[in-house]
Amino acid sequence: MLEVTTTHYLVLSFVLFAIGLFGIAARKNMITVLMSIELVLNSVNINLIAFSFQHSDLTGQIFAIFTITVAAGEAAVGLGILIAYFRLRESTSLDQATDLNG
Amino acid sequence: MKDLLWLIPVLPFLGALLNGFLLRGRIGKKAVGWIACGTVGLAAALALVLIGGYLVSRQPFEQDLYVWMPGGALHTTVGGVQNFTVGMGFLLDALSCVMLFVVTFVGFWIHVYSIGYMAHEEGFQRFFTYLNLFMGAMLLLVLGNNYAVMFVGWEGVGLCSYLLIGFYYKEEFPPYAGRKAFITNRVGDFAFVLGLFALISTFGTLKYSALFPQIAAHRSLMEGHFVLSLSLASFIALALFIGATGKSAQIPLFVWLPDAMAGPTPVSALIHAATMVTAGVYMVTRSNVIYQLAPGISLVVATVGAATALFAGTIGIAQYDIKKVLAYSTVSQLGYMFLAAGVGAYSAAIFHLMTHAFFKALLFLGSGSVIHAMGGEQDMRKMGGLRKYLPVTFWTFLVGTLAISGVPLFAGFFSKDQILGAAAGHGNWVLYVMGLLTAALTACYMFRALYLTFHGDFRGTHEQEHHLHESPPAMAWPLRVLAVGAVVSGWIGIPAAMTFEAVDLNYFDRWLRPVLVEIPGLQNPEHHPLSFELILITASIAAAGFGIWIAWRIWGRRGLAGEEAVVARVPAAHRVLENKYYVDELYDATVIRGFWATARALFRFDSGFIDGFLVNGARNVTVYAFSLGSGLFDKYVVDGLVNLTGRLLSGFSRGFRRLQTGYVANYALVLALGMFALIVVYYIVLRRG
Repeated sequence: MLEVTTTHYLVLSFVLFAIGLFGIAARKNMITVLMSIELVLNSVNINLIAFSFQHSDLTGQIFAIFTITVAAGEAAVGLGILIAYFRLRESTSLDQATDLNG
Repeated sequence: MKDLLWLIPVLPFLGALLNGFLLRGRIGKKAVGWIACGTVGLAAALALVLIGGYLVSRQPFEQDLYVWMPGGALHTTVGGVQNFTVGMGFLLDALSCVMLFVVTFVGFWIHVYSIGYMAHEEGFQRFFTYLNLFMGAMLLLVLGNNYAVMFVGWEGVGLCSYLLIGFYYKEEFPPYAGRKAFITNRVGDFAFVLGLFALISTFGTLKYSALFPQIAAHRSLMEGHFVLSLSLASFIALALFIGATGKSAQIPLFVWLPDAMAGPTPVSALIHAATMVTAGVYMVTRSNVIYQLAPGISLVVATVGAATALFAGTIGIAQYDIKKVLAYSTVSQLGYMFLAAGVGAYSAAIFHLMTHAFFKALLFLGSGSVIHAMGGEQDMRKMGGLRKYLPVTFWTFLVGTLAISGVPLFAGFFSKDQILGAAAGHGNWVLYVMGLLTAALTACYMFRALYLTFHGDFRGTHEQEHHLHESPPAMAWPLRVLAVGAVVSGWIGIPAAMTFEAVDLNYFDRWLRPVLVEIPGLQNPEHHPLSFELILITASIAAAGFGIWIAWRIWGRRGLAGEEAVVARVPAAHRVLENKYYVDELYDATVIRGFWATARALFRFDSGFIDGFLVNGARNVTVYAFSLGSGLFDKYVVDGLVNLTGRLLSGFSRGFRRLQTGYVANYALVLALGMFALIVVYYIVLRRG
């Protein structure tokens, strides 16, 4: 049977992180960007859990649960802002959200 | 060849991957249909080969693929500290053979049917993606060799059910029905997971082949250790059963299934009649060793099953929507299966599961054919006389109706008779009478549906009458195939009493025997004399005949006029039944209203106490007590400094504010680049020293 090692998890985590980062920087749709942020957060979670398992130390797993909780809050606030913004502008494009420029 | 077992669930997933991602929107409807049916057809062919292999060897085959969750050290009740891991693996034994056959065979023909049914619909490719995804998840569920894999499939089919109920997402009701199904199932799944946790903490494994012998060996622990004043066996059995009530639509969590009919009809046939909703019965049968050790909970299972069967049967008789009739009939037949499992007749439960999959899928597909021909009309009051327009649909629907009513020689007769026989043999006459009443009711409401739909004169509009046509071959052939199945699938489990105990033709019972774990010290149910069994069989036939006779008296002779006469005689009872005993309203008044009331109260607490008293109060104190004094100081000293700073800063910032473009993506990019820069600095500067 194939054994899944920490390296596998780290590679998975890195790939997820890279996809997430690309999504944040390159996508125009706010919902997609929010989802990309979730990807980044979860890639960190995978890291935490992988190391936690490697070192047989539960702290990382507890931390991951905190991250999940905070991520849920973040998603709720983010979506709330998004809906408020959509009601105002009827658009979810990040390109048009540039009112705060200098 | 055996080693290809893993390929069976993977093939439909592959189809979903192709249709849903790689080739999305790039291929025509024909190619979509070929991919979807092809992958499921291949899986079905492979399944047939492997089942044939099992038939010859009679050796269960277990395939461990890889360690899925390396859990680590765990303190268990029976084995001390153990290394707990969950593997990804599949198991082919007598029980999963039956489920595998039902799921792939019925699933394949429903896929074929869907090509015809969905031909003119929007979202053709999306539909087949979900359908293939469902097949993959369902095959994971029935083939998994441990509870964790089963649970993944269990949740996967739940997700696909949600997606497919809400398939017409532009209308208002289907997405609501999908959410209702999903949320109702969560309640059950919560209990299911609790049961699994109890198993893990006690035995340290979820793998069937390791777990069940341990449970049988630790009988005193299972019966003598108490959790929440239930024995351990009862606690696990109850938790798993609550999970099953969600998925298999039993009292009290059945409310989602009738609303699930908002999805396309092939979905109702595949997911909400033949396969997914029977997962609970499969799970209870798989866990039979636990239920054998928990006789009290088994009685609960049987009672809930019988009550659901009777309850849903009475609702079915007053519905006008043809799919609603079939939906309540499904709830009712699932109740039968739980009745059988509860009285210990696990093979009868699975036998009925199999025959039911054939005839109920057939009935749903038949109703789909009718709805297709009527241009989307589902109200039976506007149908009638369709026999001459839809001959194939009529004859196959008739076969399905005879099978579900328990008419001798059709599949439902043999399986239902075994369930009723088991209930009577168990000595529980209340459950038996409930089952017998349900049998009569079933025959009655199914023939009511048949008469209202296919007999009498056409009651729809002139335009609909002009539009009536028999369905295309892609829809007609699955009907014919399933009609054959609805007849012959019963012949593999003929009870010994029907051959006067001369030859034992009950192959099915013998087939499933290896799956039932024998526990030392538990006695088998006693054997009843031939005359007892023959009386029961006669009673079943009489109940079915009585139900059909009533249906013929009311609806067969007079059509809709008969219905109106009955309604006029008992208007109050009819109103209660037509409104499904107001169960939805009850849930609305208690659970949903309660939820909203809690939310509103919390909101009021938030806006009244926290915002109003604490925050605004603090503000008022600040405003009136401190602001007067500080106002003057503020105006001359602080503002003076601030203005000075402001002027200085505005001079500087004129240049810097160009950086603030307002594009969030720019900021994110700078953020990422900065992070990488820091890493580079770390390596160059700090690592050198």
